[in-house]
Amino acid sequence: MRFRLTDDQRALRDGTRQLLVRRFGGEALRGAVESPGRLDRALWRALGEAGFFALRLPEAEGGVGLGLPEAVLVFEEAGRVLLPGPLAATHLAAGVVPGAATGEAVVSAVDGGLVEWLAQADVVRGDAAGAVPMRSLDPLTPLHRVPGGAAADPAPVAVLLTAAEQLGTAARVCELAAQHARAREQFGRPVGAFQAVAHLCAGMLVRSETARAAVYAAAVTGDPVDIAAARLLADEAAVRGARDCLQVHGGMGFTWESEVHLHLKRAWVRTQRAGGVTQSEEALAAALTAGTA
Amino acid sequence: MDLSDTPEEEEFRARLREWLAKTLPGLPPKPSPDDWPGRRAYDLGWQRRLYDAGYADVHWDASPATRLIFLEETEKAGAPYVGANFVGLLHAGPTIAAEGTEEQRERWLPPILRGEEVWCQGFSEPDAGSDLAALRTRAWRDGDDYVVTGSKIWTSHAEVADWCELLVRTDPEAPRHRGITWLAMPMDAPGITVRPLRTLAGSAEFAEVFLDEVRVPAVNRVGDENDGWRVTLVTLSFERGTAFAGEVVACRRVLGELAVEARENGRWDDPALRRRLGRLNAEFRALWRLTQWNVSAAQASGSVPGAAGSVFKLRYSHARQELYDAAAEVLGADCLDLDRPWTLDRLSSLSYTIAAGTSQIQHSIIAERILGLPKGR
Ligand SMILES: Cc1cc2nc3c(=O)[nH]c(=O)nc-3n(C[C@H](O)[C@H](O)[C@H](O)COP(=O)(O)OP(=O)(O)OC[C@H]3O[C@@H](n4cnc5c(N)ncnc54)[C@H](O)[C@@H]3O)c2cc1C
Repeated sequence: MRFRLTDDQRALRDGTRQLLVRRFGGEALRGAVESPGRLDRALWRALGEAGFFALRLPEAEGGVGLGLPEAVLVFEEAGRVLLPGPLAATHLAAGVVPGAATGEAVVSAVDGGLVEWLAQADVVRGDAAGAVPMRSLDPLTPLHRVPGGAAADPAPVAVLLTAAEQLGTAARVCELAAQHARAREQFGRPVGAFQAVAHLCAGMLVRSETARAAVYAAAVTGDPVDIAAARLLADEAAVRGARDCLQVHGGMGFTWESEVHLHLKRAWVRTQRAGGVTQSEEALAAALTAGTA
Repeated sequence: MDLSDTPEEEEFRARLREWLAKTLPGLPPKPSPDDWPGRRAYDLGWQRRLYDAGYADVHWDASPATRLIFLEETEKAGAPYVGANFVGLLHAGPTIAAEGTEEQRERWLPPILRGEEVWCQGFSEPDAGSDLAALRTRAWRDGDDYVVTGSKIWTSHAEVADWCELLVRTDPEAPRHRGITWLAMPMDAPGITVRPLRTLAGSAEFAEVFLDEVRVPAVNRVGDENDGWRVTLVTLSFERGTAFAGEVVACRRVLGELAVEARENGRWDDPALRRRLGRLNAEFRALWRLTQWNVSAAQASGSVPGAAGSVFKLRYSHARQELYDAAAEVLGADCLDLDRPWTLDRLSSLSYTIAAGTSQIQHSIIAERILGLPKGR
C-alpha cells in the first residue's frame, strides 16, 4: 500500500491550480458574479487544452489516458476556485459528444430534475423538454427545472466528481476561515486566539481531511459504495465548512462582497446533484445487508 | 406553575382573535422584499392599525403574558411582523421606557407606538463587532450639542430610519466601558451619509453609516454621559431576550407548512425526514416554553431578561437554521430557487448566529455570567 499522491499526480494538481489561478483568479470570479449566466468560452477551451475534459479518455482516442484519481485531483481544484460551468457533464461527455473532450463544446445534462447552464450548453444530455428557468440561489450556476425529472441511478463517476468539487470547497473555506481568524482582531487579539473560533477552524480541517481520504480512496477503488461514502463526507465537509467559515467571518461574511457565501451556495447546489445525499445514504445502508460493506 | 390563561388573558385572546379575523383580509398586499420605502410604509401602517385598535403598546406596558398571547395569535393568524419597527418597538423603545427621562419618553415613545417613526441601531463599527466596547465613533460636547464623527456598519434599516440609537465615545481617556454614551440621533441631521450594503441574500438590508460632525442635541442623551455601557446592556438584553419571541411561533407555523408540502410532494414517505421534522417540532415547542419561562421569571423579578436571553438566543438561532435546512430537504431541487420563499429565509437565517451577538459570544456570556466560569476568552 502506498496511499500517497505520485509525483505526476502532484504535478498535475499543481499545474491545474496554476492554470486556474491565472485564468480564474479573484477578479475573474468577481466578474463572473457580476455578469451571471455568461460562460467564459475561452476559459472552457483552455481547460480542454489542458486535458481537463479528456483526462480519462484513452490516448488512442485522443485523450490523456489517466484515471479517476487524476480526475478527482483536477475537480478538487475546480471546486476550490468556484469554477463555473457544467464541468462534470462535459467531462463525462468526452469521447461521446463531439467537441466535449477539447472544450469546443459545452455539454450539460439533466440531473435529478435540474439542468445547469442550459442556455449556454451546446448539447444537453437527457430529456430537457419543458425545462423552465428558475432564479438560481447560486449566482454562478444558472438552473432550469425539468418537470417530472425523477432522479435516475446516478453514474458513480458523476457522484465522485461532485464529491471532489465539494472537497475543494471544504479545503478552501477552511483556508479562508483560518486566514480571517489570523488577521481579524477583536478584544485586542486575533479572533483565532479564542478557543471558540480556533475550534470552529479545527473542525473544518478535521472534516475536510477525512473527506479527502474518503474521496481519494474511492477514486482508487472506483467502488460505488466507497464513492457513496466519499460523497456523504465531502458534502458534509463542504456545507458545514462553508457555514462555519461564514460564522468565523461574522458580519463581513454575511455581505455580498465576501466570497464565503458563494462557496456555501455552490456547495448547496452540488448536494442536489447525482442522486443527492439520500441515494448515497441508501446505497451505504443497502451495502450493510448485502454483505459488501 | 400554571400555563393556562387567566380569565382576563382569555378575554384578551378572544378579542384579539376576533379583531385579527376582521382586519387581516383588508390589509394591502405586502410589498416586494427589495422595496424598502414600500416596506417601511407597510410596516408602519400595520403598527398604526394596532394602535387604533388599542394593541400598540402590547410589547411594553401590557403584562408579559398578554404579550406572548399577542405574539402567538398574530403569528398564527399570519399577521404582518414588526419589520421596520423592530428596533423601535423591541429594543430602542423599551430602553427609553426604562432609562429615559419623562420628556424623552413623551418625545419618542408615542410616535413609535403610532407607527410614525422608524428606528435603527448604530452600535457596531468596522473594528468593533463582538468587541462592541472598542467603538471609536467620537462625540464631544459643543454648547447644547454633541458633535459626532465616525462610522457605523451593518446598520439594519438605516436607509428608512428616522432615528438611530447611537453609541459614541465621549471620554477616550476612560477605561473602554466607561467612556461610552447612548444617544438618539435624528437620521436627517446634516453630516450623515448612508451607504447601502448588499447582503448575501442579495438585498440591501443593512448599510454603512458615515458620521461627519453630526450635531446631536445633548437632550437626546439617554442615561448619563459616559454611562452608556450600562444603558447598552439594557438594550442588548431586550434585543437578545425577548425580541425574537414572536418568531418562534412563526417557525412553528413554517414547520406545519413543511409537513403539508412534504405530504404533497411525496417526501413525507421518507421516515428520516419525518423524524427530522418531528424533532424540530419538539425544538420549537420547547423554545416557546422557554420564552414563557423567561418572561415569567423577568416579570416576577421585575427586571429585564439578562443573561437568560443568551440561552434563548443561542438555541433559537441554531434551531432556525436547522428549520430552513429541513425546508431545503422538503423542497428538494426547488431549494435552489430564489422564488421559493423558504430559500430566502434559509439565506437570511445564516445571519441569526451572528447578528445581535455571535453564538461564540453567547456561549461566553452563559459560561461567565450564569455558570460563573472564569473569564478567559
Ligand atoms: C444581518 C445583520 C444585521 C445586523 N444589524 C445590526 C444593526 O442593526 N446594528 C448594529 O449595530 N449591528 C448590526 N449587526 C452587526 C452584528 O452585531 C455584528 O456583526 C456581530 O456583533 C459580530 O461582529 P463582527 O461582525 O465584527 O464579527 P467579529 O467580532 O469580527 O467576529 C468574528 C468571529 O470571531 C468570533 N469572536 C469574536 N470575539 C470572540 C471572543 N471573544 N470569543 C470567541 N469568539 C469570538 C465571532 O464569534 C465570529 O465567529 C448586524 C449583523 C448582521 C449579520
